[in-house]
Amino acid sequence: MPLLTCQSLSLGYEGKTIIENLSFSVNSGDYLYIIGENGSGKSTLFKTVLRLIPPVSGRVITGDGLSDREIGYLPQQTMVQRDFPASVSEIVLSGCLNRCGIRPFYSKREREIAHLNMKKLGICDLAKRSYRELSGGQQQRVLLARALCATKKLLMLDEPAAGLDPKGKADLYQFIERLNSEDGITIIMISHDIEPAAKYASHILHIGGGGPLFFGTKKDYGASGLWKIYGCREGGDISWA
Amino acid sequence: MGVIIERLSYFQYPFVRYALIVGVLVALSASLLGVPLVLKRYSFIGDGLSHVAFGAIAIATVLNLSNNLLLVAPVTILFAVLLLRIGQNAKIKGDAAIAMLAVGSLAVGYLLMNAFSVSSNLSGDVCTTLFGSTSILTLDRFDVYLCLWMSAAVLVLFLLFYNKIFAVTFDEDFARATGIRANFYNLLIAVVTAVIIVLAMKLVGSLLISALVVFPALTAMRIFTSFKSVMICAAFVAVSCAALGMLAAIVAGTPVGATIVTANIAAFGVFSLLGLLFRKKA
Repeated sequence: MPLLTCQSLSLGYEGKTIIENLSFSVNSGDYLYIIGENGSGKSTLFKTVLRLIPPVSGRVITGDGLSDREIGYLPQQTMVQRDFPASVSEIVLSGCLNRCGIRPFYSKREREIAHLNMKKLGICDLAKRSYRELSGGQQQRVLLARALCATKKLLMLDEPAAGLDPKGKADLYQFIERLNSEDGITIIMISHDIEPAAKYASHILHIGGGGPLFFGTKKDYGASGLWKIYGCREGGDISWA
Repeated sequence: MGVIIERLSYFQYPFVRYALIVGVLVALSASLLGVPLVLKRYSFIGDGLSHVAFGAIAIATVLNLSNNLLLVAPVTILFAVLLLRIGQNAKIKGDAAIAMLAVGSLAVGYLLMNAFSVSSNLSGDVCTTLFGSTSILTLDRFDVYLCLWMSAAVLVLFLLFYNKIFAVTFDEDFARATGIRANFYNLLIAVVTAVIIVLAMKLVGSLLISALVVFPALTAMRIFTSFKSVMICAAFVAVSCAALGMLAAIVAGTPVGATIVTANIAAFGVFSLLGLLFRKKA
């Protein structure tokens, strides 16, 4: 059974449909890359899958032992967070909250999980630092560590590399690929960077014009030529093998 | 000097000491609540609610209710829930709606008090409601116990839900995605805000109450950068300012509410300066 299935899903806000008739499924270990223009409904799709907003019609089904509360989510940053007084460890630890249930405080085990994930992302030395004083790349690492605390199976990343410099982007994509290949965590990612898609993804979902334009493996997507609307900036070709 | 000594002797009366305790507790609760309110950009809800409470008090006065809390508390809580809804749905419209509601309640309240005056000292009544009692001695036994229990309830709620309040304040979408009932906690924050405003109105009056909510949080944020330290510092600032303000008010014979708020302004100034110095060093 797939980890996540969307069945003839229509979604939007307050009755206004943005995407119609979207069906795709994600298996354990996949690396799904979601591509589409601004306003095409990528973030809305994420919010629907996470049950933050109800679908207009259709269903989102989680399977393979995945509870819908065990998805690690990395949202786009909000204005509120930019000047929020919070230490790195406070934020990472808050990813463990879904393990607490009605227990008001974190257990020792949860503190360990938070510490392990900070170690994994190389931010242990930032633990006591304030979130708002960090660089963009460091902030994304903190939010990624928090998302990892919330899940063992599935990460959903909404433009994780937005606003990072080229080096920061490359590092982040490499790190996400290691999570996928070494830790076996399934990745669903929204991004505008087309080169990493060709390099790392296993599947591609391309949304546009109110519906899905393409869903399938990376190789088929390369053959479809749909990616050319992004225009190869260097004039070179991208290898989708 | 003789006057000061005489006024200090007020402290031998238990109700003066009780009032001091109540003032400190209310300020403490308001400051704890202020941190998430300020960070969630909900400060305006506190301000709007205080005006609604004024309107409700005017109606209670006109109806000649023996205990106006029975009317004021439910009305304020109801509007807290309403304002939260407005704030969530449409941000820009919400702003204007709250301004409208606040000024509207104030005007209607004052009109009602004038038109159906039952008191011989109308302007005194209005002034007390807007700026707090000139003498904290007007708190009766019921008020004191109510404040004690309510403040205790707020403290316990904050301790129990501290981690959840942090998560919902920092990133509501993430919290909801991991199964935290964010709407419930938003509602809790709104209802507690309403309760604290109703309680604190006796102390500082409806126009000054937002200061108790907003100032300690903002003061703490000048220097501290983690959520926990901001909470602790805000509580500390609120307690010191309330205690100092009330003592000063009793000794100097100034209005209690305005004196507490002035103490808060001073604290904000000092912390801002310190914050600038620290940041320059770093």
